[in-house]
Amino acid sequence: MHGHLTPPKPGEELNVTFVDKEGEEHNFQVAHGDNLLDIAQSEELEMEGACGGSCACSTCHVIVESDEMYEKMDEPDDDENDMLDLAFGLTETSRLGCQVKMNKALNGLRVKLPSMTRNLQASDFSGAKKS
Amino acid sequence: MAVIGSGPAGFYTAYKVMSSIENAIIDMYECMPVPFGLVRFGVAPDHPEVKNCQDKFEEVASSPRFNFIGNVAVGKDLPLANLRPHYNAIVFAYGATKDRKLGISGEDNLKGIYSARDFVGWYNGLPEHEALAPDLESGEEAVIIGQGNVALDVARTLLSDVNSLRKTDMTDYALDSLSKSRVKRLRVVGRRGPMQASFTIKEVRELLNLPSVSFEPIDPALFPPNAAKLPRTPKRLTQLLAKGSSTPASQARKSWSLDFLLSPRSFNASSATPSNLSSLTFLKNKVNGPDVFDSWATVSPTTSEELYPTSLAFRSIGYKSEAINGMKDLGIDFDECRGIIPNDLHGRITSLSEDGTGIPGLYCSGWVKRGPAGVIANTMEDAFDTAESIAKDWENKEPFMSGTNGWDALQEDAAARHLKPVSWENWKKIDVAEKGRGKAKGREREKFTSIPDMLEMLD
Ligand SMILES: Cc1cc2nc3c(=O)[nH]c(=O)nc-3n(C[C@H](O)[C@H](O)[C@H](O)COP(=O)(O)OP(=O)(O)OC[C@H]3O[C@@H](n4cnc5c(N)ncnc54)[C@H](O)[C@@H]3O)c2cc1C
Ligand code: FES
Repeated sequence: MHGHLTPPKPGEELNVTFVDKEGEEHNFQVAHGDNLLDIAQSEELEMEGACGGSCACSTCHVIVESDEMYEKMDEPDDDENDMLDLAFGLTETSRLGCQVKMNKALNGLRVKLPSMTRNLQASDFSGAKKS
Repeated sequence: MAVIGSGPAGFYTAYKVMSSIENAIIDMYECMPVPFGLVRFGVAPDHPEVKNCQDKFEEVASSPRFNFIGNVAVGKDLPLANLRPHYNAIVFAYGATKDRKLGISGEDNLKGIYSARDFVGWYNGLPEHEALAPDLESGEEAVIIGQGNVALDVARTLLSDVNSLRKTDMTDYALDSLSKSRVKRLRVVGRRGPMQASFTIKEVRELLNLPSVSFEPIDPALFPPNAAKLPRTPKRLTQLLAKGSSTPASQARKSWSLDFLLSPRSFNASSATPSNLSSLTFLKNKVNGPDVFDSWATVSPTTSEELYPTSLAFRSIGYKSEAINGMKDLGIDFDECRGIIPNDLHGRITSLSEDGTGIPGLYCSGWVKRGPAGVIANTMEDAFDTAESIAKDWENKEPFMSGTNGWDALQEDAAARHLKPVSWENWKKIDVAEKGRGKAKGREREKFTSIPDMLEMLD
């Protein structure tokens, strides 16, 4: 259904772990340059990616588990930060999955998938309060 | 299960129900011959990436367990009561089809006042607004009332260089009209202050980055003195607003401002041509304490007024949902006041009269469930939440309706009413034709803007 990623070359595998909202861990070996949205989707994890990875929706929100790993990433640009501002359950180490590409420094990365449903109140919609 | 409406709420609910209940069959009703709701008729043409969610919807629609029934308005073309005997569940996901009005003098009778909903529908090719023909040539000033993202979409459309829009799927007639627009100075006016504003940062940044467009600085007194200590989201927005645009007014082709703490009081007629708008009167507001910078702070009117001369104004104070004919007979009491279908916050429709008990088999999702606010990501979360309720109720053997055969049983009824339902295959024909027309002009798509034109593709 989803595009499958090219498997990593032997000896160049990078490890990444997704922790889903039930707390279950999913480990994968991926190639340099793969982004977290593509990885999650090709493994059929629950990550929507509504805008197809164009940094325009925030549905690929992930939370990096360790501060140390977060620091090793390139800083999010303004566009990514603008979308993160709309993400529910934003944390200090939140990123958009479609904007994070795997590289050697990120080998062993662990990210959490935030719960996608929440107890909705009319007032929850930070994105669009009535003017 | 029947789903009424083919916007993000309808599609994301269908998707989650189909993946949680193995043998669920979905019939999706849509009053337009074409699917996707506001993704097609709302989202701005220069935001094509937002429309990528359609890929997911295509995937949902390709399932053999999914039927699209376009060009059939439930409650109008096909009575709601006729659906009931044929389904286990009905999901109302029909969005918000009207817009809110200000209710002030001059609003209904002066020329030059447009609803943002109509204007957005016009540039996006919504058939009911094809003939709007807004007059963008009567003056250089324009005022938008409201400061939500829809208001900023309208602002961007008016301020952008029209050539930058030519590759989008904006309608030809709108491009033509925008290319003749004389609007140079745009005010986007809101009731509250910047700390309570409802636009989001991405939309503001886009406007501030428009080439050759300047932005009038905001009064620093409207920002908290210690902005650096704000939480992340308001801090980033405040910093962006305070920084403004890098285009100096002297080098700008057009300019705009955000004008805060003003409530519209009257639209005033021109003395020379009394049928035309010539100015707007606002009443100044002040923010109520204790914390005037709190995002939920309210405002109250003062006695001082502000007058803006303009012959062009847009009302952008929100969309509104309405009841569908026949809801009452199903036991649904539409909440006119909040403009939503009463529900348990998780999409189970509840009756207003009988102390909030659920009505078996009836659900709602999207804007008609929680009110017309929020981006597609919010609508998606909300749709998943409704779908989870449905799946849980099904699993727990809660009561549903006992209808059978769905659309198969209703087709005869539809034929007897001379309806011309549009299937997904039919929509794909329209889709291909639109893309073909666009390609010829180097554009993504050129929409059909009237229903007969859409249907003509199918003969
Ligand atoms: C101008 C504008 C711009 C926006 N821009 C963005 C953006 O850039 N990014 C973003 O994330 N979000 C944006 N949004 C928000 C987004 O469009 C909404 O969150 C979303 O579309 C709401 O989904 P919905 O399915 O509830 O309603 P809708 O999308 O309105 O879908 C409802 C559908 O039901 C159909 N319908 C109505 N009545 C009947 C009936 N009686 N029988 C059958 N069918 C019926 C309608 O024709 C429509 O297709 C924008 C909204 C607007 C208004
Ligand atoms: S997929 Fe939309 S922002 Fe990442």
